[in-house]
Amino acid sequence: MRLLGADIVVRALQEEGVDVVFGHPGGAVLHLYDAIQRLELRHILVRHEQGGVHMADGYARATGRCGVAIVTSGPGVTNAVTGIATAYTDSIPLVVLTGQVATSAIGNDAFQETDNIGITRPVVKHNYLVKDVRNLAPTMKEAFHIATTGRPGPVVVDLPKDVTGAEGEYNYPKSVSLENYQPRYEAHWGQIKKAMSALLEARRPLVYFGGGVILSGASAEMRRFVERLGAPTTYTLMGIGGIPGNHPLSVGMLGMHGTYRANMAMDECDVLVAIGARFDDRVTGDVSKFSPNSKKIHVDIDPTSIRKSVDVDIPIVGDAKNSLQKFLKVMDSEAFLDGPYSEQIADWWKQVERWDREHPLGYAQPAEGPILPQYVIDKVYQLTLGQAVVSTDVGQHQMWAAQYYHAQSANDWLSSGGLGTMGYGFPAAIGAQVGRPDDLVICITGEGSFGMNSQELAVASEHNLPVKIVLLNNGVLGMVRQWQEFFYERRYSAVDMPLGTPDWVKVAEAYGLAGLRATRPEEVETVLEKGLALQGPVLMEFVCGRDENCFPMVPGGAASRAMLHSAPDRD
Amino acid sequence: MTEAAASEHTLTVRVRNEFGVLSRVVGLFSARGYNIDSLCVAESLDPAVSQITIVTRGNDEELEQITKQLYKLIDVIKVIEHDPGDCIGREMAFFKVRTQAESRAEVMRIAEIFRSKIVDVCSDSYTIELTGSPGKVEAFTEMLRPLGLEDVIRSGRVAVARGL
Repeated sequence: MRLLGADIVVRALQEEGVDVVFGHPGGAVLHLYDAIQRLELRHILVRHEQGGVHMADGYARATGRCGVAIVTSGPGVTNAVTGIATAYTDSIPLVVLTGQVATSAIGNDAFQETDNIGITRPVVKHNYLVKDVRNLAPTMKEAFHIATTGRPGPVVVDLPKDVTGAEGEYNYPKSVSLENYQPRYEAHWGQIKKAMSALLEARRPLVYFGGGVILSGASAEMRRFVERLGAPTTYTLMGIGGIPGNHPLSVGMLGMHGTYRANMAMDECDVLVAIGARFDDRVTGDVSKFSPNSKKIHVDIDPTSIRKSVDVDIPIVGDAKNSLQKFLKVMDSEAFLDGPYSEQIADWWKQVERWDREHPLGYAQPAEGPILPQYVIDKVYQLTLGQAVVSTDVGQHQMWAAQYYHAQSANDWLSSGGLGTMGYGFPAAIGAQVGRPDDLVICITGEGSFGMNSQELAVASEHNLPVKIVLLNNGVLGMVRQWQEFFYERRYSAVDMPLGTPDWVKVAEAYGLAGLRATRPEEVETVLEKGLALQGPVLMEFVCGRDENCFPMVPGGAASRAMLHSAPDRD
Repeated sequence: MTEAAASEHTLTVRVRNEFGVLSRVVGLFSARGYNIDSLCVAESLDPAVSQITIVTRGNDEELEQITKQLYKLIDVIKVIEHDPGDCIGREMAFFKVRTQAESRAEVMRIAEIFRSKIVDVCSDSYTIELTGSPGKVEAFTEMLRPLGLEDVIRSGRVAVARGL
């Protein structure tokens, strides 16, 4: 069947089961937009390309499917780069279709021309420039295959205007064969058994998992594994929801703003099993002092993650789900786990509980005085019981959300972990709501981050997407201010964002959303209850004090046991 | 990770002969802070496959990461790290020497000793072609330097393992 290039692209998307794309049109993608309209592909018109890619990303994280974004050439692509890099660092499957000038104009500094392959190369899993309409269908097939298999990631397909405008034969390939790309899912049995013996000999075992568990859909296996083992379990920011945050075996998130007990357990454990986590610097702190006495088992589907920053005793290349299934199979034959093991690690649990008593997470909301952000987040948790889909932005509120909102399920926590992209949370929440129209979606954000993509309020309003925005407004860029307070002798530099600039309730109303505000602690619960009960999208602003800091804190580059529990110069 | 001494390594990277593949490989090295001492790229026996020879520097851990990162590129088919004791490494170089009547014979004598070829003769210069190990190229350079050496154009190393 002969089709226009643009129609081939849209047919390919439909063939891949894509039910919605997020995009912004422009000159180079006009053929594509004509096909989108004629072939009735659902399209969400975003107000900025960065927002569009974050929406596709939020959709992908919340549904487990591949997200798709479309942008035009030149500024469309450069605007999209932050979104692509965000997805890349967190291994989120995306296909991003970028417009390009006609092949005859490439290299001539044509209008809205950029070297899209060059610009995106360091932040994609792979990218393609399609120069011939005959390659369109096979390239689309490869793009989806690469984006969604192995360690997932964004794939960019650059589409010159004459290619989408040319006619070609359409045969969508059934399968892909790439001799050089063969992700290894099957974990090695020998290594699994070796790891299991090491775990069974442990006196102080710790399980540490990350986003790989969410991405491989292994949360059920993860939970069975830790419940069978009975060992303390910590997770990264990306792993939140892998097991319920308030699970009795959970010691909370670890790392720079992790719990005291999680970081201390990491420091003192004798066997560490890491699953789908990559020993990021926000987790390890000073690598030379990281978990110094443990035998380390590391499961990861990406061989480059293993031994990248931390030496490992038992490396296991494989999918998290496959590895956990194999661990469970071995465990089923271990009668040892039914009694003696819990005795063997009983002292260790006592120690972990002692740490928790020494420095539990906590805050004290005064009846009078400013609203504490932690209090608002805690209330969000209590009102939803952790059953909502929560997106965050980046900064103090993100860490507090990780500490106090106990997500119950995988795919219910959307946060820019690796890149730390301010402006991620709100568009990601929109994408999640599009993908899961019947679920409650809450965006926990701060005024600094929210302002970076607040134009997408128009999308929530236009499509009546009932995202609930919890905006914690302390009038400052809180995390930057916290570092300046601790490490720059309170020389505050460029952190003030005075209240009222803008009036966020009026902004919400201007876009057609409901806007609510709480300024006193006793209003918090009422505003949340009212806001969550409203039918459509709503922005709830909580005016908070500016002096609240996020604890515990491992100062950058310090050993993970060197946690601060209060500002250093106030000790 | 433990800090061990950095040493020189020669890698042959077989890649799909696709648009932009060289920039992916080179970009990986620059983005991750690895060194490239020399680089040589050409088509292989199979025109769909190109061969890149890279001379790099690093300790064992770095080399392991470099190899794994290269494999992560979709276009990379195979990475071969050459065992220095069991491979043949060569580079080619052109040497331009400004000649005077009294130095010509000496330049020709040295060229002959090094089994190089004089490929261009002008009234005031010789252009000499030499193939050999990097050490031989260095030694030849030093011999010619006092005799009016004007320029050296080196190819970068290619390497092949011994046997089939």
